[in-house]
Amino acid sequence: MEISASSRERRLTLRLKGELDHHGARGLIRRAEQEIDTSLPLQLALDFGGVTFMDSSGIAVVIRCRQRMRELGGTVTLCQVPAQPRKVFEASGITRLVAME
Amino acid sequence: MKRTENYVKIEFLSRSTNESFARIAAAGFAAQLDPTLDELGDIKTAVSEAVTNAIVHGYPDELGRILLKLRIAEGGVLEISVRDWGRGIENVEQARQPLFTTGGAERSGMGFTIMESFMDRLSVKSQPGKGTTVTMRKRIATRANGKR
Repeated sequence: MEISASSRERRLTLRLKGELDHHGARGLIRRAEQEIDTSLPLQLALDFGGVTFMDSSGIAVVIRCRQRMRELGGTVTLCQVPAQPRKVFEASGITRLVAME
Repeated sequence: MKRTENYVKIEFLSRSTNESFARIAAAGFAAQLDPTLDELGDIKTAVSEAVTNAIVHGYPDELGRILLKLRIAEGGVLEISVRDWGRGIENVEQARQPLFTTGGAERSGMGFTIMESFMDRLSVKSQPGKGTTVTMRKRIATRANGKR
């Protein structure tokens, strides 16, 4: 799992690339929290455009990011989510808590 | 259960790098049923959940063996079973509840929910101290006979 970050006007975008499973989830959570703590955004956009596979580990990542963003008074948005991860998000019900563009 | 048309058994160590291997192997085996991309995604996701559970919960403090059995039965039914000889589950009903997890912050507690919604059938057999077997079935409709 590769992650690239860009921040502009308190909107932090994390672009995820590769397969998101339990094997990579811990590292991804750590990196995402570091990026959030560095740029203190009001909006976090998780860009799934490059994610080729995701299981329920992705839900845990989003939940953790949402918790951190709530502490900062901000929000999380999921962007460019391909069909397979989208189905996992929808089955989990997390789309009721987090906006999906 | 209907007549077996083909099967494979793959045994591997409970290392998290094998999560990716297991789902790719399952997708490769299922390919002979000519599934849609959507069905392949469902199969990979369900296998990833079951294997991750075996690694995280079956063998939390040690490396152990995991047996992945893939079977094709008459009528285009794919059966996947994931077995471990690890710690086992005290309360299977509780473990199957959405959001229930003992796995820590990088787990969501949605594994069984995902398996249930992506496969047609799911059964979980477990004995504390002896291990867990998760068996899932999904019918892959044949596109060649005009069903879709």
